[in-house]
Amino acid sequence: MSTQLTPILTRFWDDPQSWTLATYERNDGFKALRKALAMPPADLVQLTKDSGIRGRGGAGFPTGMKWGFLPAPDGGPRYLVVNADESEPGTCKDIPLMMAAPQLLIEGVVITSFAIGCNHAFIYLRGEVVHVYRRLLRAVEEAYAAGYLGKNILGSGFDLDVTVHAGAGAYICGEETALLDSLEGRRGQPRLKPPFPAVAGLYARPTVVNNVESIASIPAILLHGANWFAEMGTVKSTGFGIFSLSGHVAHPGQYEAPLGITLRELLEMAGGMRDPAHKLKFWTPGGSSTPMFTDQHLDVPLDFESVAAAGSMLGTRALQIFDDTVSVVRAVSRWTDFYAHESCGKCTPCREGTFWLKQIMERLEHGKGTQDDIDKLLDVCGSILGRSFCPLGDGATSCITSAVQYFREEFEAGMNTPAAELFPPAASTLFAKETVSA
Amino acid sequence: MMSTDGSPNYGVVPSPDTDAYSADVLAALRTDAEQIIARYPRQRSALLPLLHLVQSVDGYVAPRGIELCADLLGLTGAEVSGVATFYTQFKRHPNGRYTLGVCTNTLCAIMGGDEIWASVSDYLGIGHDETTEDGMVTLERIECNAACDYAPVVMANWEFFDNQTPTSTRALVDDLRSGAPVTPTRGASRVCSFKEVSRVLAGFHDGLADEGLGAGPASLAGLKVARLAMDRESVPEADGKGKAKK
Repeated sequence: MSTQLTPILTRFWDDPQSWTLATYERNDGFKALRKALAMPPADLVQLTKDSGIRGRGGAGFPTGMKWGFLPAPDGGPRYLVVNADESEPGTCKDIPLMMAAPQLLIEGVVITSFAIGCNHAFIYLRGEVVHVYRRLLRAVEEAYAAGYLGKNILGSGFDLDVTVHAGAGAYICGEETALLDSLEGRRGQPRLKPPFPAVAGLYARPTVVNNVESIASIPAILLHGANWFAEMGTVKSTGFGIFSLSGHVAHPGQYEAPLGITLRELLEMAGGMRDPAHKLKFWTPGGSSTPMFTDQHLDVPLDFESVAAAGSMLGTRALQIFDDTVSVVRAVSRWTDFYAHESCGKCTPCREGTFWLKQIMERLEHGKGTQDDIDKLLDVCGSILGRSFCPLGDGATSCITSAVQYFREEFEAGMNTPAAELFPPAASTLFAKETVSA
Repeated sequence: MMSTDGSPNYGVVPSPDTDAYSADVLAALRTDAEQIIARYPRQRSALLPLLHLVQSVDGYVAPRGIELCADLLGLTGAEVSGVATFYTQFKRHPNGRYTLGVCTNTLCAIMGGDEIWASVSDYLGIGHDETTEDGMVTLERIECNAACDYAPVVMANWEFFDNQTPTSTRALVDDLRSGAPVTPTRGASRVCSFKEVSRVLAGFHDGLADEGLGAGPASLAGLKVARLAMDRESVPEADGKGKAKK
């Protein structure tokens, strides 16, 4: 049987003024919070564990377990920090979620804060999306006015303040410890772990850092039960998630489905490839930091285990689809520019490695590669992978090693022929037809 | 480090000298800064919003803005400068009234971002992080802005312009420069100035949250498919197949 879409977080995004509290309340908004406030916080943590939900920000760490790692209360502050720094290339689910339904996140924040004993939560939003920031500021204002935030929330005796903080442009701040440093007013550079944020996070206090979609899923789990959630998806990758299709697909966009759906199924729902004359060449299952897949992987169930078994990572379910008009060398070269640009400079393997990868990829893209460039690429990747301070360095190598694995001949061609000659870029564009007919 | 004329030198690009803030501007900045600092349990957390705030007055992070942030938070100018130079949204020289960001990360580049970039850069005669002579537009190559399903994407002062083409982006630039009304695809009803947007990013709401769409068509693509499937299932009698599975 084919998998069906499950619009849960996305279900009222087409409501006029979907972002307002009034719309949210018409769509079960804050019902879960009333339920939560009547429960012992430990039961909320257990319920989240029982649901099996794993972090939706890429790493897939079980959310309830993360909450459970906080040490016992010592009377000092504990923090919830929502990672809304969505910047992984290809990833585009949290930004539309916060644009369309910011209250969903706010309710999740209140419930989670109550569960972990936090009285001041932060939402760290990347700074390059001003309208989303407006929506979050407004959502917080509305929630305070309605008594869902502030002192003595709904008469429960529980107090919570929420600060929405805008970043200022740095991919690395999506890494949780870099995010915490940035939120403390520093350069956003990752910290050595351990100690993990659960023990020493924001201001060296116990802190939970969760992705937007993880937190936004909490109200539904509470409202419908852990079993309801766990029955969706697969045994170890429970529940639903937003799959973001982009690139050479007929109808790119957000498709909310149980984990374990395949790209073949999703592509069918999205109207197939943009141009049926051009077949699928390569795609990323979870953003540019996850090793690429090809048309051999159309039937890999998109859950954490199956994608890992096939040699990649589920990541953020950012499915960037490229057809056979695209040069894989050009694509990888541009991603490599990105990693070199965004490397924070803290550790040598990543700072120096991405610098050299960029030089080599540029040579290959322009048909000026040397005999040993492919070996050199793989060698540099080997010196970065597992040796850098945080996953940014690892991510920089994924697209290169996987592309060489599947398309080695294109890298070999890069010794003589520019990518633009083999794959004229104009054929890949959104307006390819406009250009051709003009 | 001090430059030859005795003023602080914060980076490799020389900044134009700036006069001290006038008394009333300084007073307003300090009042706003107090509100910002009050949002956080520890004052240094206010640094990023404070830098957005000084940009809302100066149009970039000027030496006097750095000194003010340092003074407000009990940091040195070097510490503030070290933070400001880490983040791409903090500008080291005066920004145009509009930042035009063309996404040239892989997916947008391939979908046409490279062609858009080449076209608009040629049209304006400027490159990355350069500003037109009339001071209206600063051009930037930007990294992925989380709107890949609307590729190729152009941002004007961090508002979304979806599914752009070289022609549409040139027209956008013309409108921005001439002051003609410009409406983002998903965003407020108009594009605010760089200084106005910087003030919002400092956490001061401009009241425009209720403008614009909740979700664009791509954001609703899956919901649309699901609704069609549900509609088919909810008329089971018609095809005699029984009720939809619960």
